[in-house]
Amino acid sequence: MTKDQGPNIDPALWRGLTQSRFSRRQMLKYTGMGAGAAGLAAFLAACGTKGALPAGNGSSPLPNTGIGTSAWWDKQTLNKQLEFANWPYYIDVSHGKHPSLDEFTQKTGIKVDYREVIQDNNAFYARISPSLSGGQPTGYDIIVMTNNSPPLGYLFEAGWLIPLDHRKMVNFNKYAGPLVKNPTWDPGNKYTMAWQSGYTCIAYNTDEIKTDITSVSALFDPQYKGHIGMMSDPQELGSLGLLSIGVDPAKSTQTQWKTAADKLQKQKDDGLVRSYYDQSYINALKNGDIIISQVWSGDIFQANLSGYKNLKVVIPSEGAMLWTDNMCIPLYAKDPLDAMTYMDYVYQPDVQAVIEDYNNYVCPVPAAQNVIRDQLKDPVVANSPTVFPTADMISKTRAYYTYKSQEDLKAWNDLFLPIAQ
Amino acid sequence: VERPVPADSAVVRKPRGRVGKALSPYLLALPGGLWLIVLFVVPLIAMLSLALQTGDVLHGYTLTWNWAEIPNQLKEHHTEFIRSAWYAGVATFICLVVSFPVSYWIAFYGGTKKNFFLLLLLLPFFVSFVIRSLAWQFILSDQGIVLGPLKSIGLLPQNFHILATSTAVIAGIAYNYLPFTALPLYVALERIDRRVVEAAGDLYASRRAVFMKVVFPLAIPGIFAAFLLTFVPAMGDYLNQQILGGTQNTMIGTIIQNDFLINQDYPAASALSAILLAFVLIGIFAYSRILGSRTIEEYI
Repeated sequence: MTKDQGPNIDPALWRGLTQSRFSRRQMLKYTGMGAGAAGLAAFLAACGTKGALPAGNGSSPLPNTGIGTSAWWDKQTLNKQLEFANWPYYIDVSHGKHPSLDEFTQKTGIKVDYREVIQDNNAFYARISPSLSGGQPTGYDIIVMTNNSPPLGYLFEAGWLIPLDHRKMVNFNKYAGPLVKNPTWDPGNKYTMAWQSGYTCIAYNTDEIKTDITSVSALFDPQYKGHIGMMSDPQELGSLGLLSIGVDPAKSTQTQWKTAADKLQKQKDDGLVRSYYDQSYINALKNGDIIISQVWSGDIFQANLSGYKNLKVVIPSEGAMLWTDNMCIPLYAKDPLDAMTYMDYVYQPDVQAVIEDYNNYVCPVPAAQNVIRDQLKDPVVANSPTVFPTADMISKTRAYYTYKSQEDLKAWNDLFLPIAQ
Repeated sequence: VERPVPADSAVVRKPRGRVGKALSPYLLALPGGLWLIVLFVVPLIAMLSLALQTGDVLHGYTLTWNWAEIPNQLKEHHTEFIRSAWYAGVATFICLVVSFPVSYWIAFYGGTKKNFFLLLLLLPFFVSFVIRSLAWQFILSDQGIVLGPLKSIGLLPQNFHILATSTAVIAGIAYNYLPFTALPLYVALERIDRRVVEAAGDLYASRRAVFMKVVFPLAIPGIFAAFLLTFVPAMGDYLNQQILGGTQNTMIGTIIQNDFLINQDYPAASALSAILLAFVLIGIFAYSRILGSRTIEEYI
């Protein structure tokens, strides 16, 4: 290789630098592209994105007028089949079968197709909403949606749920606990019946923290700097912020949201928070990366059972958020009467006991406590205050804020989502 | 090693009046073209259209040509864009530095076992991306199997941690994308004509001179291909940040994901995706302008 060869530059670059940029052919090509762009604009204009309600008109008649009335329910017949969409690991399992479902089939002749297809409220809503807005069945007769996430509200607002037949809610009326009967998010249980509930509260590592934690203010304590876990979900994060400034989230105002957001932002800026977690906070707690965290009660109960006895769950004095997963019947469901039958069936204490003994969340049927203790012989679950809350805990239970409009929801998310990201 | 480019048959042969003959190149391109149009162009246009719409998820979105969304999002999230580019850039650099010797060794000294070594390089890919990152979360945890013992013998202060730092995120990205760098580099080094290397030796070039003046220049297109293949996906990565990062390490992928799934602000998410895409496309155009687009095809 000789020295005077000059810098080793790819010929393509020389071409690019020296060639005239526009030949006639290119000119024609670009004109064509211009025409294409005009066509593209027309195409772009044609593709709006459909929502649940007609754009710009919130008060149009709901699609299910007449559906769900007593007269409508009287016309429904049992189809002896049921499509049930639920979250994973949320019903009793024994040897690959679900005993409570098999018993239901035996007693009623209704065959249940149980599918664990819901992993996320928003994602599941995104999956069923195109069918519903197109007037098509979703393929499910029962879906389970959480009250602390916006999609349940969307379903209410769009009229995409079938009002329940209250004449058939015999077991529910008799056995449903005070936490799930006539809840704030669905007054009079018009559309929903609870599947399970759970507390969002705090838990801490008793090896690292020797003092008794009783207040959410511990999450803002500088001595745990860098070892505090918070939830990334804006609803959970915001609700905790509101509790910490002494406000009941359900009755909060936008000014109070701002105060809460400022406090949470300061907590982040001061380096107190290790990270904003989804479900993964539980591993961080077990690994010792965080020593105190916002938690879901059921997770800590299960962690205690699997050997992590050093994690202690606390219902703080300011209150704890109670979320509820709600069974509901989507519009155009093929087997509404079968769904109705099942939803009321699980409110029998001995049926609920079997499900609860597996789930360990907050039980919607207080009477199942005795069945679990006396018949299933499982005192650990029966005596757990996070499965069967005591009167004191019930009094500390707080409900989530119910969004009044999309602007309301956006205002909330705009305040709390940026903190968690 | 420039090879003669085969003359374009469509240019050389004049159409003989037969429609089929004239159409045949297009017909041959049809399956691939349809694939591109249906699965790439249409979704891309839908995304660009969504970026210019306004509305909300309940009432739907209508196209209002809301161009302001793009500068607004850029203004609001420019820190995350810069951070993503910085993390992806550093991770790509680490990948290049680490995988060059590996690829070089396999290409020049791998002998008959080259395929076996390549398999070893790809072996971690048999385990899901998420699982591998979660494993690192476990290994690097504050009281875990690495930091725990080091802390208990006093080599590290008690409050030292690797997780929830930018180091952890960059390391995670570099680890996960390493094969994307190593394979194109290997291909580039493997196809270097050994006679050229021998000739340099015959002309009394030192080993160092052979490497610097022959091997390295011939590997440059491969380095650029490796850079693109690593940098582009790393730039949009959000998983490593979510699993290994903390409160100050948010990358643009997470913002887009949250805008889609939690905020359900589809126009904002689409606008951010469009900006990210534009950023990457500018990079690819610069690449093809400088090195020619042919090299990309060759080294993938």
